[in-house]
Amino acid sequence: MITQGLVTAYLTLIVLLPLAAVVWQSTKGERSFWDAVTDPQAVSALKLTLVVSVLVALVNAVVGTLIAWVLVRDEFPGKLVVNAVIDLPFALPTIVAGLTLLALYGPEGPFGIDVAFSRAAILLALLFVTLPFVIRTVQPVLIELDREMEEAAASLGANALQVFRRVVFPNLFPAVLSGVALAFARAIGEFGSVVLISGNLPFKTEVAAVYIFGRIESGDPSGAAAVSVVLLVLSFATLLLIGGLRRRVTRHDRVG
Amino acid sequence: MGKYVLRFTALGYLALLLVLPVAMVFGRAFENGVGAAWESVTTPEAKHAFLITILITAIVVPANTIFGIACAIAIVRQRFPGKGLVNAIVDLPLALSPIVVGLAFLLLFGTGGWLHDVPFDVVFALPGMVLATIFVSLPFVVREVVPVLREIGIEQEQAASTLGASSWQTFRRVTLPAIRWAVAYGIVLTTARALGEFGAVSVVSGRIVGKTETMTLHVEERFQSFDYVGAYAASVVLAILAIGTLVAMSLFKPKEGA
Repeated sequence: MITQGLVTAYLTLIVLLPLAAVVWQSTKGERSFWDAVTDPQAVSALKLTLVVSVLVALVNAVVGTLIAWVLVRDEFPGKLVVNAVIDLPFALPTIVAGLTLLALYGPEGPFGIDVAFSRAAILLALLFVTLPFVIRTVQPVLIELDREMEEAAASLGANALQVFRRVVFPNLFPAVLSGVALAFARAIGEFGSVVLISGNLPFKTEVAAVYIFGRIESGDPSGAAAVSVVLLVLSFATLLLIGGLRRRVTRHDRVG
Repeated sequence: MGKYVLRFTALGYLALLLVLPVAMVFGRAFENGVGAAWESVTTPEAKHAFLITILITAIVVPANTIFGIACAIAIVRQRFPGKGLVNAIVDLPLALSPIVVGLAFLLLFGTGGWLHDVPFDVVFALPGMVLATIFVSLPFVVREVVPVLREIGIEQEQAASTLGASSWQTFRRVTLPAIRWAVAYGIVLTTARALGEFGAVSVVSGRIVGKTETMTLHVEERFQSFDYVGAYAASVVLAILAIGTLVAMSLFKPKEGA
């Protein structure tokens, strides 16, 4: 009884009330909510954020699955260290992540590659911060996966690619999708790692979170709140999707 | 053959995206010597920023640990109206932009906000920064403890209470020892997030140098003032903390597939 009360009160004060204030603010600006979210600069920032986040999700789906595969099925010296390093983006502050990328891939980088203030820089920063999601959701499924199925397929004449496509991938798919959704949600709202390296040029390299920050700084809380509501809805929808996927995965477990 | 292609693709990607950039920061921080780097992280502003970060973390981690355990117990062991909602809300901070979080507290406690009249400053002051950091690091303990609570079941707890243990005794003697590693892992994740939070704190703190500046805000402020050694040196401090976190994570991590 007391526990439930405390939990509910804490969540209400820390999460619900502040978010309600955002929704409320978004409706009481000089412009209507709709005008604020269809402001050309806001639309451009939201579009860029969505496109880059989808790209990030796709790259993570492929590379994340590949890295998880190597970490589970391959043996090489130093594997334990590599496995630990995967979590670095979770542990490293985002502003430091942005600065590290700027040091290597910025104007003073040692390789002469300079992506600073371009859209490629945003992609790079988001790939850095979202790296662990797909790996960490796929890895445990891959460890649990019964290898006899793969051996059976191979002995029936399937080549390596066919085994992966027909046997391994269908089993991994829910985990990949749930990792991808987490990465997507993270990419949509990312600020710290992007803010230094993207240059924040309106209509060009300004992502949604940076746009909101700019609206706050220039004293337009309603404009900031309106775009925030869009991000809030996207986050919530992504979470619902992940929740649905988890339920599917557990049901699958129970049947098997 | 195929095995090596996969291995080198994976390792190459990790090297280019993760390892080299982080190594580069260490290089840049020490390019004028260790002395210069040391000096720039021991300025009064840097020390103050460090102190603020530690202070926020010292408040946030215990708060979210106690909440996390209570919330996990409520989700797994109890039935109450709105439980589904609690479950959904707990995950929200994982998916929500930190800027939106900062804005939320700014609007709630700022001029004209519903809670503007609390008797102390929240916005552009420590309480706001603490609240924002609590928000962003809220799910970690809950998410680690929930699966473990599900797995251990209720038989031992029932046995303890049949034998006359009060619910507090049952919790302390039976439940807590069973979940302690999950709690420890959750605490590590919460600490890392609290030390490293940037966006939410950036909005809510007003970024007043020597007053409401955390370590991460200090990194940005040094960078914007073209003091690159200062920015990179402070980053190194944070990176070392992050690497320490990684070590702690691999110590406490529940064994996958075991």
